Amino acid sequence: MDKTQALLYLALTLFALGLCGVVIRRNLLVMLMSMELMLNGVNLSLVTFANQMGAAEGAVLVFLIFVVATAEIAIAIPIVLLLARRRRTLDADAFVDLRG
Amino acid sequence: MSELVAIALAPLAGFLLNGLLATRLVPRPYGHRFVTLVGCGLPILSFVLTLIAFGELRAGGYAPLSETVYTWIAIDGAPFEIAFWFDRLTAVMALIVTGVGSLIHVYSVGYMKDDEGYARYFAYLNLFLFFMLMLVLGRSLLVLFVGWEGVGLASYLLIGFWFADPEKAAAGKKAFIVNRIGDAGFLLGMFVLYTALGTLDMDRINAAFMATPGPAVSATLVGVLLFIGATGKSAQIPLYVWLPDAMAGPTPVSALIHAATMVTAGVYMVARMSGIYTHAEGASQLIAWVGVLTAFFAATIAVAQTDIKKVLAYSTVSQLGFMFLAAGVGAYGVAVFHLYTHAFFKACLFLGAGSVIHALSGEQDIRKMGGLARKIPITFVTFAIATAAIAGLPPLAGFFSKDEILWFAYASERGGSFWLLAIAALTALMTAFYMFRLLWLTFFGESRLDAHAAAHVHESPLSMTGVLVVLAVLSAIGGFLSIPHVLEPMLPLPGIIAQRSGAHLPIVIMSVALGLAGLLGAWWMFGGRAERAKAFGAKVAGVRRVLEGKYFVDELYDLLIGRPLLWISEHVFLRLGDRTLIDGTLNGLAGLAQRTAGVMGRLQTGHLHFYALLALAGLLGALAWGWHHG
Repeated sequence: MDKTQALLYLALTLFALGLCGVVIRRNLLVMLMSMELMLNGVNLSLVTFANQMGAAEGAVLVFLIFVVATAEIAIAIPIVLLLARRRRTLDADAFVDLRG
Repeated sequence: MSELVAIALAPLAGFLLNGLLATRLVPRPYGHRFVTLVGCGLPILSFVLTLIAFGELRAGGYAPLSETVYTWIAIDGAPFEIAFWFDRLTAVMALIVTGVGSLIHVYSVGYMKDDEGYARYFAYLNLFLFFMLMLVLGRSLLVLFVGWEGVGLASYLLIGFWFADPEKAAAGKKAFIVNRIGDAGFLLGMFVLYTALGTLDMDRINAAFMATPGPAVSATLVGVLLFIGATGKSAQIPLYVWLPDAMAGPTPVSALIHAATMVTAGVYMVARMSGIYTHAEGASQLIAWVGVLTAFFAATIAVAQTDIKKVLAYSTVSQLGFMFLAAGVGAYGVAVFHLYTHAFFKACLFLGAGSVIHALSGEQDIRKMGGLARKIPITFVTFAIATAAIAGLPPLAGFFSKDEILWFAYASERGGSFWLLAIAALTALMTAFYMFRLLWLTFFGESRLDAHAAAHVHESPLSMTGVLVVLAVLSAIGGFLSIPHVLEPMLPLPGIIAQRSGAHLPIVIMSVALGLAGLLGAWWMFGGRAERAKAFGAKVAGVRRVLEGKYFVDELYDLLIGRPLLWISEHVFLRLGDRTLIDGTLNGLAGLAQRTAGVMGRLQTGHLHFYALLALAGLLGALAWGWHHG
C-alpha cells in the first residue's frame, strides 16, 4: 500500500466517521464537529490527488473549502446557541416543530 | 379641421362635458343651467355647421366634400381611414339628424326638468347624436359601423335610462341583443366586401359594382347580409321585436332614436349602398317583401294596442316597412323622402304623446284618456296635424312620400307588382284608421281620466309646445321639398313599366281615398257611443286577442330560441361544462396534490438524524448506481 492509497483510506475513514457522527449523535455541537470532520476528509482527499497529479488546483480548492467551512460554522454556532438558550438543551430531537 | 369634423365632434364635446362634470355640477345653483346650455347648445351648433357644410356643397356644384381625419389601421398597405364624406344624401340625413335632434333636445329641457338624472340624460343624448353623425358622415363602411354600434349603445343606455325598474333595464338589454343578431349579418357582409374589393369606402364599393365587369362577388349575397343588419337596426321582420319594448325609455328618446333617426339607419344604409342593390335583383325583392309585410303586420298590431306609445311604436315599424318597400323597388330617393317626412310627423306624434303623458302625470293607457282636446289645445292641434300627415291626407308631408311609395311599388321596372301595391294600400288604410283611432280616444269623447290625473291636467311649458308647433309646421309643409328630385342626380329613380304609366293619377286618388276612409272608419267606430267599438270588439274577440298579444311573436321566440338556449346553458354549459369538466378537473388536481402531500408529509419527521440518514441513503444509492452503470 503506497502513500497515496493510505492517505485516501484515511480520508475515507475521516469522512465515514464524520457521517456516522452526524447520523448517530444527538448533540448539535457534536454533529457540527462531525460535519467539520467530513469536510476535512474531503480536503485530505483533494490534497492527496493534487499531490499525485502534480497539479496545484486541488490544493487551492482546499483553501476555498476552509473559507466556506469557517463561514458556515460562524453562522451555525450562533444558531445552535440561540436554540440552546431557548430550549435549554442541545438535543437535536428536541427541535421537531417542522414535523409534517 | 373643417366643419365636417366639427359637426360630429360638437355633440361629443357635449357628452364629455356633461358626462364628466354632471355629478359635480347638478347640486349647484348654476349646474342645471350649465347642463341645459351645453346639452342643447352643442347640437344646435352642430346643426348650424351642417347648414354651412350644405352651403359649401351647393356652392361647389354638389361635388362631394371629403375629409380624412387620420389613418386608423393599415393592413398590407390598404389603409382604414377615419374619413368623412358629405354629399347630397349625407346632407339630407345630417340635416334631419341635427335639426330634429336639436328640436328634441330643446323639448327634453321641459320634459326631463325634474328628473334627477337630468345631466346624465343630456350626456347620453349628445353621445347618441355623435354616433349618429359618425354613421351618417362616414365614408367607409367601417366608420358607419362604428356609428351603427355606437347608436346601439346610446339606445341601450337611454331605453334603460330608468334602470331601477327591472322591466325597463330588460327592455334595454333586449334591444341590444336583438341588434347584435343583425350586426352579425352586417359584419359578414363587410368581410365579404373587403375580401372581394380590398376597400370598405362606400363610394369605391358603389363604383366597383357599377363598373363592367363587376367585382367577383355576388351582389345578392352582400346585399342580403347587409340587409340582415338593417332588419335589426330598423326593426323589420324578423328582428322588429325590440322596438316596441324600447318605449320604456323617456318619450323624447323614443321620438329621437326610435322614430326619427336611429331606426332609419338601415334605410340610409340601403340607399347609400344603392350601387350594390341596383345589381342585386334577389336582395331587392327580399327587401321589398320584408318591408311590405312588416308594414302590414305592424299596422294590424297597432290597431289593437292600448298604450299610446306602443301604438306609435308599431306605427314606426310599419312606416319603416314602407321605406324598405320603396328601397326594394329601386326608388331609393323615395325611401329617403319618406324617411324625411316621417322624421317630422313621427317626432311630432311622439313628442305630442310625451306632452299628453306629461299632462296626465304619467298615464299612458288611451282607455283612461279622452276629452283632452280642450284642456291641452296646442298639443291637440299639433298632434292632429301630424296624424293627418301620417295618414296621407293632402297636402301634408306624408301624402307626398306615401303616394310616391305606392306608385313605385306598383309601377317600378325593378320589381313593382300589383300585390306589393295591394298590401301597401291596405296598410295605408289601416295606418289612417289606427292613427285616427288614437286621436279620437285621446282627445275626443268623454273624459275617462282618473280623478287624480284629472285634477292635474295642464298644458306643457313653452319649450315643449314650441317644439311641437315647429314640428307640426314641418309635417304640414315638408312634403313640398321634393327630396327624390334633390337626390336624383345621385340616386336615380327606377324606370316605369310602360303599360302602367297611366296609373299614377288613380293611385293618387286611391291614396287620398284610403286616408279619408281610415278617418271616417275611426270616426264611425270611436266618434259615437262607446258601445259601438265594444260590440265590434266582442264580435271579433279571437282576432282581437291575437292582435293585442302581438301575434305572440315574443312568446314564440321565447319558446323556439330563448328556452332551448336556457336549457343548453343550464344543462350543457353550466352543469356538464362548467361544473363537471372545468371545476371537476381543477378540484381533482387540487385533491390529488393534497392526497400526495398527505403521504409525502409523513417523511418530514422533523428529526435531523432522519434527514441525515436519508441523505446518506441517497449518497450510497448514487454511488451504487454509479458503480453499477459506470
